[in-house]
Amino acid sequence: MTLGLTHYLIVGAILFAMGVFGFFLNRRNLIVLLMSIELILLAANMNFVAFSTWSGDLAGQVFVFFVLTVAAAEAAIGLAILVLLFRNLSTINVDKLDQLKG
Amino acid sequence: MTFDTVLFYILALVLVVAAFRVITATSPVTGVLHLILTFFTASMMWMLIQAEFLALVLVLVYVGAVMVLFLFVVMMLDMRTEGLKEGLRVYLPLGLGIGIVMVLEMAFVVLRSWGDAPPPAPVADDFDNTLALGTVMYTDYVYAVEIGGLVLLVGMIAAIALTMRKRADYKRTSPSRQVRVRAADRVRLVSMPAQVEAASKEGEEK
Repeated sequence: MTLGLTHYLIVGAILFAMGVFGFFLNRRNLIVLLMSIELILLAANMNFVAFSTWSGDLAGQVFVFFVLTVAAAEAAIGLAILVLLFRNLSTINVDKLDQLKG
Repeated sequence: MTFDTVLFYILALVLVVAAFRVITATSPVTGVLHLILTFFTASMMWMLIQAEFLALVLVLVYVGAVMVLFLFVVMMLDMRTEGLKEGLRVYLPLGLGIGIVMVLEMAFVVLRSWGDAPPPAPVADDFDNTLALGTVMYTDYVYAVEIGGLVLLVGMIAAIALTMRKRADYKRTSPSRQVRVRAADRVRLVSMPAQVEAASKEGEEK
């Protein structure tokens, strides 16, 4: 049995499901939510790389590069917001973020 | 079963277990460390299908910078994790159900073509993934690369602006006032007559 495209797609699907499952499992912990986003992006990247290799088109790999760029910026800003939040509220509980609630 | 396939299954197993530990870890530091393992394993899986450049970028940039940033923040904040798992009983069945449904849906669609998936596109013996990707990136996608650089710049400025603190005892210079200063404001030239050295002449006569 040789390595097929399907192998990679199923691993991507499992990773994506784990990322979404992480959202439900750790609904209050902001830092685990950020890590779940990273997992979901990794699943998307996995599919991009697999399709790019199997179709012989480099556009998919270029797109992964941009996804990595955006994910890095997102992680930096997300962590900055997390630090700010912790400085003001001394907690990372998402439920405590209700100042904007009327 | 080829060696590639065996290697793939080992890596996939490590990847799935590490990803599972990321979302179930009680301590955030454990979670981040497992996330690093997840990314490293994913990079090795990309290496297996000859996506060398992205695999190395994932290790160098992502694991080396972004994940270490995560680790810094997690270790810096003294967060208490008790009370964060409340409501788990309510959301666990829902989350589990949704996750399983998603995996099954994707597996059904993907497995339908398990047998007749085409072999990977053939590559030449002297194919250089990094060279090909770099060529394409700086010709066809050059504007997109510049926009990517802009996104990183905006992210950097936003992160600095968000976390910068104004301190009361903060001493700094104002560049505009420094530039506007004139020599006449700082230095006063005084015209004085030259002094005659009287003391040394008296010494010579003795």
